[in-house]
Amino acid sequence: MALDSKIPPGPIDKKWTYHKGHMRIVAPANKRRIDVIVVGTGLAGGAAAASLAEMGYNVKAFCFQDSARRAHSIAAQGGINAAKNYQNDGDSTYRLFYDTVKGGDYRAREANVYRLAEVSANIIDQCVAQGVPFARDYGGLLDNRSFGGVQVSRTFYARGQTGQQLLLGAYSALMRQVGKGAVQMYDRHEMLDVVIVDGKARGIIARNLISGETERHGAHAVLLCTGGYGNVFFLSTNAMGSNVTAAWKAHKRGAFFGNPCYTQIHPTCIPVSGTHQSKLTLMSESLRNDGRIWVPKNIEDAKAIRDGKKKGSDIPEADRDYYLERRYPAFGNLVPRDVASRAAKERCDAGFGVNKTGEAVYLDFAAAIERYGKQQANMMKIENPSKETIIELGRAVVSEKYGNLFDMYENIVGENPYDHAMKIYPAVHYTMGGLWVDYNLQTTVPGLFCLGEANFSDHGANRLGASALMQGLADGYFVIPYTVGDYLADDIRSGPIDTKRPEFEAAEKEQTDRINHFLNNKGSKPVDEFHRRLGKVMWDKCGMARNEQGLKEAIQEIRRIREEFYRDVRVPGKANEFNQELEKAGRVADFLELGELMCIDALNRNESCGGHFREEFQETGGAQQGEAKRDDANYAYVAAWEWTGDAGKANLHKEALEFSEVKLTQRSYK
Amino acid sequence: MKLKLKIWRQNGPSDKGRMETYPVNDVSEDMSFLEMLDVLNDQLVRDGKDPIAFDHDCREGICGACSLFINGEAHGPGRGITTCQLHMRKFKDGDTIYVEPWRSAAFPVIKDLATNRGAFDRIQAAGGFVSVNTSGNLVDGNAVPIPKDDADKAFDAATCIGCGACVATCPNGSAMLFTAAKVSQLSLLPQGKPERKRRALAMVEQMDKEGFGNCSNTGACEVECPKNISLEHIARLNREYLAATVTKE
Repeated sequence: MALDSKIPPGPIDKKWTYHKGHMRIVAPANKRRIDVIVVGTGLAGGAAAASLAEMGYNVKAFCFQDSARRAHSIAAQGGINAAKNYQNDGDSTYRLFYDTVKGGDYRAREANVYRLAEVSANIIDQCVAQGVPFARDYGGLLDNRSFGGVQVSRTFYARGQTGQQLLLGAYSALMRQVGKGAVQMYDRHEMLDVVIVDGKARGIIARNLISGETERHGAHAVLLCTGGYGNVFFLSTNAMGSNVTAAWKAHKRGAFFGNPCYTQIHPTCIPVSGTHQSKLTLMSESLRNDGRIWVPKNIEDAKAIRDGKKKGSDIPEADRDYYLERRYPAFGNLVPRDVASRAAKERCDAGFGVNKTGEAVYLDFAAAIERYGKQQANMMKIENPSKETIIELGRAVVSEKYGNLFDMYENIVGENPYDHAMKIYPAVHYTMGGLWVDYNLQTTVPGLFCLGEANFSDHGANRLGASALMQGLADGYFVIPYTVGDYLADDIRSGPIDTKRPEFEAAEKEQTDRINHFLNNKGSKPVDEFHRRLGKVMWDKCGMARNEQGLKEAIQEIRRIREEFYRDVRVPGKANEFNQELEKAGRVADFLELGELMCIDALNRNESCGGHFREEFQETGGAQQGEAKRDDANYAYVAAWEWTGDAGKANLHKEALEFSEVKLTQRSYK
Repeated sequence: MKLKLKIWRQNGPSDKGRMETYPVNDVSEDMSFLEMLDVLNDQLVRDGKDPIAFDHDCREGICGACSLFINGEAHGPGRGITTCQLHMRKFKDGDTIYVEPWRSAAFPVIKDLATNRGAFDRIQAAGGFVSVNTSGNLVDGNAVPIPKDDADKAFDAATCIGCGACVATCPNGSAMLFTAAKVSQLSLLPQGKPERKRRALAMVEQMDKEGFGNCSNTGACEVECPKNISLEHIARLNREYLAATVTKE
């Protein structure tokens, strides 16, 4: 099967307009006869479900959380990008497009990225109209800040809770449609499979998590907006429930999986503290606007800090290595995430880590506090302010900007970050890979669409900060409402989908069989134990740095864990009840297959790009020493994997990436 | 640390429920409260027993899924935090800790510590929105300047995570702080003003229908709110509601 990305004709800045004008649409009276299932109610799913219901489709929305408002988009902190150029700093649709393609290390599809940049400004207008309380300046206008990998300020934010505010906006739009009866909301429901009838996605099998019953739901199209798969690493910044099940089941029913090895390791997270840890907490990238990242210059100092004999504040300025500022003077602390993460790993591997485990670097606000304090003193006309006054004034400014993040840090670590530099370390945060989709966001299964983090499309091999929220909302509000209509135009006479068909029956039986297998297994170990073991293999061998030997070992280890999982997992309780261990078992079973595909993909990609760093492929000399070495001649393609019936035996299809607008160069932030 | 946990167990909404005692050893002070429950559940599964059901998801204090009434306080000791942000360093070796679900007629227990908070969604659906459809042709986000003060106050109200601590804490089981947060946010912003009357009436009506109690200004909700949402917003809801009632046609 040849992959057709269905990129519309014409120059890049006219493609979307052309496409919108030429797609088929469904007349209002016919929309009433069409059912659409939306799985997931985060930014992509919430926005899509609300928008499609407004247009007149019958929507059924599903989420596993107890309320649509709790989807994990809510945890995004820093902001959302949009090419508004309110700051008059030279921003434009083209520049946002360019930054995103470059930031993604030239592994994204140009046409999709351009469309994303093009609709970004509409997102802000839409959210403002919904009552999203973005940060504003004293003139009442929207405020911006800058984020990593770019040289303009185009990030809109709502203190450190931007994701929450945007999600509540989409949720309120969704609830409005629920109130009108246009959306049927199925919370505490988990999608277990997609049902294919005559080659088209025609519904899903879901489990009601309260009663435990499996249910069949039919529809003319199914939209998967189910987020990323970072929890394959067990420890990640994802919510505990975030999982790959919907996307993975779709994969097993024929949807190709794109670039599974592209995972984003976020540079600023709270370091791991012990074996009991259930998840990692992100400290927003916005902190890198004001925080300076460093480790001691002398290894003896680092050792003394690790042994508790010295503190960070004991190290004089001259003995600190602000390694990002040193290595990347043009971007400094605001280099993209993949670059910042690898640089932290490099210093810690070299023995300069600053906590007990040796896996932490400082994120220091002392300089920012002083700078803001002096600024405030000037504004308040305080002559010769004392050091204490400056610090007090500066802290107030830092607290206004990042207060909730500082509080969060103190709560978790038990140390006040105003007095002591924060300790941070990279952690799994986001997955650029996901189901392969064409320009219309349709997977390789007709009628099955994929939006937001769950698809592979816009971020290439590395996502820039504040672009996830942008993509989720762009897909949900402004792309799918058009493109799904083009597909559904054939379905105006199809009538309701009959869920008594044998395809539904067979799909449901497969799921109930699997549930019964877990419950009757009577093994000895809880689900989490297998998940932790899988996570460790993934982090050690398919994490921030990868190599051929490690990946080959990882594949064997994952197979062993998977085999043992099916043999020895213990899942208590019954099928027809609220059973959280059973929920976890299903998710981990899917992670155990996905993990292997990630390693296979990483092994196949004999280059380093973005979040995928193969140790064998790095610059060995010159100014770029140690930086990622891409191989555009052989790997400028999307790896789209086809399930063939066995984990580990996926077929590779390639979508060649053509760059007509952006010239491929080595990504340099120096 | 060694702790003794007294945990509410209830098989379903119709089960009477009871407290059961569980010892937990080797609790580290760096653990969060929920991680401590993970350790307990791990042991229960290994022992062939039924693990304790509780709601949780983001584990960083923003999704609002986690609940738990710990030693008589919503989200346990400490202010301005959710249960997932509560760390064991707040407890001492040998402590006995009582863990119960949110208790409110409007939040029926699903199992053990997990409750059904669907009533909050229904209050939202009644009017917690601005009636604007998705459109690529809206006015520019900067077309209507919003005074920073109003934007900031609206933001403070909008930080509500819908966890239900206010209801669980209130002696009357009132949902006024939750409802007020949304009404207040939208009434402070120009975008929310056109339908402010309809919104206040509809949301309060739904709130009453769900069986939440009345507000008698005890102020307990404000104390336990993990996002420190102020009673000021209840005052604003009361003004909005009064204005809407007296001018109702």
